[in-house]
Amino acid sequence: MGAWRVWRLLLRAQLREQPGRLALNVLSIALGVALASAIFLVNGAALAQFTGATRRLVGDADVIVRGPAGGFPEGLFARLARDPAVAVASPVVEVDAAIAGRTEPLPVRGIDPFRAGELQHALIEGLGGATRDLFQADGIVLSAAAATALDLKAGDPLTVVVGDRPTRLRVVGVMPKTAYSQPLGLMDIASAQWVFDRVGRLNRVDLRLVDGADAAAFRAALVGRLPAGVFPVAPGTEIGRAATVTRAYRVNLNMLALIALWTGAFLVFSTQSASVLRRRGSLALLRALGVTRGELRRALAAEGAFLGALGALIGIVGGAVLATAMLRVLAGDLGNGQLRVFGATLAWQPWALAGFFGIGVLVSAAGAWAPAKAAAQLPPAQALKGGAGDPAATVRTGWRLGCALGALGIALAWLPPVAHLPLFGYASIAALLFAAVSLVPTVTVALLRAAPRTGRVTLDNAIAQLRDNVGAATLSLASIIVSFSLMVAMAIMVHSFRQSFAHWLGKLLPADIEMRVPPNADTAFWNADEQRRLAATPGIARIEFRRTLHLALDGRQAPVTLIARDISRATAARVLPILRQSAVRAPPDPPPAWVSEAMVDRYGVTPGARLRLPLGGRWRTFTVAGVWRDYARSTGAIVIGRAAYAAATGDNAATEASLWLAPHADADRVGQALRARLGAPEAVQITTSTTVRARSLAIFDRAFTITYALEAIAVLIGLAGVAFAMSSTAIARRAEFGMLRHIGMRRGQVIAMLAEEGIILSSLGAVYGLIVGFGLSLVLVFVVNRQSFDWSIDLAVPLARLCLLGAILVIAAAVTAAWSGRAAVGGDALRAVREDW
Amino acid sequence: MAEEPQPTRAVVLRLESVRKRFAADRPAVLDGIDLELVEGEYVAVMGESGVGKSTLLNVLAGLDSPDSGRVTLDGVDLSTLDDDAITRLRRRAVGFVFQAFHVLPYLSAAQNVSLPLELLGVPAVERNARTTRMLDALGLAALAARLPRQLSGGEIQRIAIARALVHSPRVLLADEPTGNLDPRSAAQTLQVLRAQVKAHAGAGILITHSRAAAETADRILTLDARGLAAEERR
Ligand SMILES: Nc1ncnc2c1ncn2[C@@H]1O[C@H](COP(=O)(O)OP(=O)(O)OP(=O)(O)O)[C@@H](O)[C@H]1O
Ligand SMILES: [Mg+2]
Repeated sequence: MGAWRVWRLLLRAQLREQPGRLALNVLSIALGVALASAIFLVNGAALAQFTGATRRLVGDADVIVRGPAGGFPEGLFARLARDPAVAVASPVVEVDAAIAGRTEPLPVRGIDPFRAGELQHALIEGLGGATRDLFQADGIVLSAAAATALDLKAGDPLTVVVGDRPTRLRVVGVMPKTAYSQPLGLMDIASAQWVFDRVGRLNRVDLRLVDGADAAAFRAALVGRLPAGVFPVAPGTEIGRAATVTRAYRVNLNMLALIALWTGAFLVFSTQSASVLRRRGSLALLRALGVTRGELRRALAAEGAFLGALGALIGIVGGAVLATAMLRVLAGDLGNGQLRVFGATLAWQPWALAGFFGIGVLVSAAGAWAPAKAAAQLPPAQALKGGAGDPAATVRTGWRLGCALGALGIALAWLPPVAHLPLFGYASIAALLFAAVSLVPTVTVALLRAAPRTGRVTLDNAIAQLRDNVGAATLSLASIIVSFSLMVAMAIMVHSFRQSFAHWLGKLLPADIEMRVPPNADTAFWNADEQRRLAATPGIARIEFRRTLHLALDGRQAPVTLIARDISRATAARVLPILRQSAVRAPPDPPPAWVSEAMVDRYGVTPGARLRLPLGGRWRTFTVAGVWRDYARSTGAIVIGRAAYAAATGDNAATEASLWLAPHADADRVGQALRARLGAPEAVQITTSTTVRARSLAIFDRAFTITYALEAIAVLIGLAGVAFAMSSTAIARRAEFGMLRHIGMRRGQVIAMLAEEGIILSSLGAVYGLIVGFGLSLVLVFVVNRQSFDWSIDLAVPLARLCLLGAILVIAAAVTAAWSGRAAVGGDALRAVREDW
Repeated sequence: MAEEPQPTRAVVLRLESVRKRFAADRPAVLDGIDLELVEGEYVAVMGESGVGKSTLLNVLAGLDSPDSGRVTLDGVDLSTLDDDAITRLRRRAVGFVFQAFHVLPYLSAAQNVSLPLELLGVPAVERNARTTRMLDALGLAALAARLPRQLSGGEIQRIAIARALVHSPRVLLADEPTGNLDPRSAAQTLQVLRAQVKAHAGAGILITHSRAAAETADRILTLDARGLAAEERR
């Protein structure tokens, strides 16, 4: 009860005396909560949309039997349909059709509308009157999203590319938005088989089991009875795939957003400490008048919690607004691309929002707790006289705590991921940051003790003042050290990633020109004749064809990418960014395969081990000859020789090619000549490697734009903390300045003294932040990144940029200090009492 | 002892062999101080600057703890209480006028005066009434709404006194309460102090350098390096 009264009293006073500080605290928490909740909401909305769409496609199926893109013979469907446990079986041809002139393929399903109607009722109902027209040989019904994306309406022609052949379909209907939210085309199964050159083949069968049948047991029993590469998939796995595939990305983005909140917590800590320090007299008086230690502590902590609550509330509202805007403008894509959706709307998620509100309050209360405790601990008789506690004790406890936390942080970095998430990595970063902040007093004292007297009165005074006020100096540094070191760590991590990415691009784009059919489409390719014709194009010195396709290795994980290309054990290290190789062994071993790091992480494949791949309906064995780094295919990629692939499948088709120009040949001219030799030229991308590289790096940078934005916000919050701490100490030292002026120090000299204090402090902070940031970047690069994504990156430090950042920080701090000095030296008597900035 | 305490009157304040020293290399500020005040007793303490008068009051109020010896306040031995309990006792039973006033700069005169009542949870209506009465008694009624920065040193001092008295404490500890006042206001203020101590049958200690002020008390003690003694003894 007492605490409540004290809290009210203090808050009233604060509102009157320091609205600026309160506003800053509220704002920093609001910003952090807004960013974190907005990102969470956007990802959640996109994911919900995806999941909802997939659920539509799964419908009432209990088992989805899925084969490779190339499909399996229809006979399997007949066998499955006859199984006594199966109530309904629905055959499906599922392709991602290449659309002429588009890079994005259109997912198309060939179905038997009557059978599918029993499983995907809501979807098929959306066909409405178009069901009859579906049986026209070239008829396709589009979902509303597909019609919008392709800018088509009923009656329009739609050209898909099959092999190297443009094929005209006719849009016979558009489903309402409610039937299916994402892009999709529906065809009759027979037409689809005919159009996509898959007569007699299926690649999916949806099954509903008879009542009472055990779906899990049925799936388990099915595994042995299906041909190689065909797997029974549980509906839950299918529906959860979007969530699984994007989880690491989403979690990391959320963590990043929390950095702003985190910095906000340190800002509350900084400003609250400074404010407690300055209110020392008032607080001691309250103690003398009978406010107990506990009441004072609780009141001050409640002050922090209250500011947090206010900020969190504003933040949540702001977050919802921001999220709505992001969904509208970015279609839910925050830089990853996998979560780009159509028509996602914000869902009201009270629990999540309550969670963010709670985090905001907690973080702010935690930030206020330490200063509150320190203030309550001070003996009132001493505090009334203006004593500030024992700096030696601050240094001693800080040193011990810092060492302990540092050791903990280092230890945590060695722990493995939890559920594929680098939870210990994040804990390690938190511990290291706390350690860094705890060690600031020790470091400051050691450095200032070593500082020589310069003989310049302002500088000497500045150093003496800092030495005497380690507590205050440390506090003003905490928020900036935290935000700056996090920024440094992120900068190093992103730079390292970019360098590794650029190196990887170089390895993968060795030629002059790259050409490919629309990526991720599985209908377009060049057959052997077409390849020969392309290779004969004048101006080409050399051409290398590749075949890429998606391949499911089991029924649980997302398909991996198989790349069949010209490669041998001798050339592998040259053409792939190889990380590890196994000893080269002679031919009795199965043919070699080179796997990406994701394969190692997800399937436990190691160099030298055997790898079985379902090719041409049979399991073929390969030897893992090496591990390479791949930043493009997050679910895993495998490279095998083209000859081995063709031998196993009889498939000679290619989907990509690298071209080396003959001397003096012109890339544009060759590109045109190549197009002239293609049957469906609009469906093929022909680009110089330089362009591909520039474009890829641009995409990379865009993906990290949000990262930079979040970081910049964190640093701004940190700088605001420094500004506040400096101006509040400057104002608290008015009497000191007045005295210095009386004994003959000029105004300019006082301001210079403050600016010099600012420079000393912020240089200390910048150097310290650089060192701490480097340490954190090691955790980011080697723990958080490695555990979140299944790829490694090499450490690279952008020294020049970091120094520039540090310099900007120092200058900003010096300017702030001088500015607050001006306010403290000038001003009237009234301002002297109103200790506000 | 000049005045034999009546056996019927309870002891409100007692110091027994209280010792306080701030640093090991300096002599103790308080060295074996004994003092006993019974209900309704009001004493003045005089002494040279730096002799330890303020320290004595701090120890009495539990703002500072003695190195040894025993302090009994309103019948309770402070050494048996923890900091919270001492604080609550102080809130209820002690009125303290600080040598350096100490008022909250951001509260008005009236708000500063009513602070102890607010901390005690006195309902607003009663709080206002008592505050107004106290301001009236000290001739501050016209200044109620002003902030400390709009007041003179003497006016602030009287606010600090009003604050010390507003909750009718059992023990009044006043450290140079009239140092900044003109003789007439000083006399008036000292009368209020004395009247309050007598009205609530508590005990009061007045620290002062002024003989005239000291003479408003029941008896005068002096503090020096040898300890606390009745003035008659010197
Ligand atoms: N916190 C402290 N630390 C060290 N020494 C102290 C402390 N407080 C007081 N002293 C010393 O103790 C002695 C007594 O101080 P005190 O304030 O009690 O004197 P006083 O009798 O009230 O003097 P004045 O009449 O000037 O107010 C002084 O010598 C002072 O220097
Ligand atoms: Mg004194």
